[in-house]
Amino acid sequence: MKRGNKNRIKKDPPVRVIKQEIRQTALAGGNFADKVNAYRDQHAHALFSSLGRLVATPFISIMTIAVLAIAIALASGFYILVSNLQQLTTNLETSNQISLFLRDDVSDAHAKKLVDSIKLDNNVKSVKLITKEQALEEFKTYSGFGVAINALATNPLPIVLQVLPKNALNDKEALSALLKSFQQSPEVDFAQMDLQWVERLQSIISLARLFANLLSVLLGAAVLFIVGNSVRLELHNRRDEVVISKLVGATDAFIRRPFLYTGFWIGFISGVLAWFIVAILMLILNNSVEELSGLYGGNFHLLFLNFTETIVLIFLSSFLGVLGSWAVLFFQLQYTKAS
Amino acid sequence: MINFVNVSKRYAETGDVLRNISFHLQRGEMAFLTGHSGAGKTTLLRLIAVMERSSRGQILLDGQDLSLAKESQLPYIRRKMGFIYQDYKLLHDRTVFDNVALPLVIAGYGHHEVTRRVRAALDKVSLTGKEKKYPLALSGGEQQRVGIARAVVNKPPIIIADEPTGNLDPDLSEEIMFLFGQFQRVGVTILIASHDISLITQLNHRVLKLDHGQLVSS
Repeated sequence: MKRGNKNRIKKDPPVRVIKQEIRQTALAGGNFADKVNAYRDQHAHALFSSLGRLVATPFISIMTIAVLAIAIALASGFYILVSNLQQLTTNLETSNQISLFLRDDVSDAHAKKLVDSIKLDNNVKSVKLITKEQALEEFKTYSGFGVAINALATNPLPIVLQVLPKNALNDKEALSALLKSFQQSPEVDFAQMDLQWVERLQSIISLARLFANLLSVLLGAAVLFIVGNSVRLELHNRRDEVVISKLVGATDAFIRRPFLYTGFWIGFISGVLAWFIVAILMLILNNSVEELSGLYGGNFHLLFLNFTETIVLIFLSSFLGVLGSWAVLFFQLQYTKAS
Repeated sequence: MINFVNVSKRYAETGDVLRNISFHLQRGEMAFLTGHSGAGKTTLLRLIAVMERSSRGQILLDGQDLSLAKESQLPYIRRKMGFIYQDYKLLHDRTVFDNVALPLVIAGYGHHEVTRRVRAALDKVSLTGKEKKYPLALSGGEQQRVGIARAVVNKPPIIIADEPTGNLDPDLSEEIMFLFGQFQRVGVTILIASHDISLITQLNHRVLKLDHGQLVSS
């Protein structure tokens, strides 16, 4: 009996060992640290192999990325254009100054009297008189039409009083009331609130901003579809790999991973390229803008995408790349399952 | 290990492909699945791989009811099985090593463990030294052995083979069958679909015969 047992044990081990291993492998593929490392390796592999695949088909990759980069550059170009326009009005924002253009027949002396009388008004903080001669000088300096002005026989510019209302006068109705009262005085030809101008400009710019935002949404959708389409093609080309991976027990996450990284790379590279496109366009525009700004007193400088905006640009385009490929994978893998 | 209870599979276009199939393969049993082409062999194997679900009946794999398995569980069920195909289904843009390593990489094994196991599996099918080659640089018999190495590298308790010798000459077929015999001896359950009658009669194993979707002998 003892011998029989011995024999059985001698015969058994290979089968038992194998069975044990089978049980272990069914449960886990090694200890926890190994698993974490393997998971990290899987990601690193997917990250670099998907980049490798893009490089391996340069023509297709360049075409896709160029289209995306132009779309992203358009959106960010509009954004930066609107930001620059907005910059024009920020300096004026706080001013609620009122300009009074006096009638042509009002003399300098009369104008000075008028200044004194306006100063008595409780709502007025200060009044500045700009005589015809001063206005002409200013115009010559800043407009760039100096020579043409010299050709005129008489000075066509009116006397201007710049009235600065009290700071307390922030509500619009009180301001308009003040404006009306100036308008009614006989010496004043035309009274204008600078703030109105600023407001009009601002509402035009906010319209432009809205337009730029809508355009960005459209172009973002285009980016999604373009990335989705390239990933769909890639998925189609690698169908065998997907099916085989499935058969040997790949989870959907495993199958999706390299394609998500493909989407990421396409988005990321397009974002970086778009930044360069915008940068080059801005450099081309910069000289002309500086020249123009010089003619208007030179306090306007072209704004460029700052650090945060650059990060956001690249992050958003990478994100759209991942999202586009995810959407395609979600539907496409569902389809692979059914077929 | 593999237990079919009154399983039927019906396609909307072609009607019943499998009708009332019942059989039970014990752990460590090796069986042939045979029948004319179109008898439903491939469909039956696809049901085991859960690439398709049965229309009626129950399939128990290691005690687990496949018809109740959730979609998210399927990858883990498939890891219990090694699949071998007539057309090998290798990835031609990857080396022999990477092909065999695929199931291990998917299962999340570490680098060293993967290398060790792939070497052992290649050694078992006598392909040591070919790990850096690409599948297309190998002969048909060698490619099939790569396929076998990939199927067993994860040490699954079940091996499913669909016409594994279909493209091979008799000598190579015998070699492959000898390998299967070795796996069976260590307790692996093996189901081989084949219509190579001479090979089947030569080896004295259980035969499941399908005829127009019905099991006519088991």
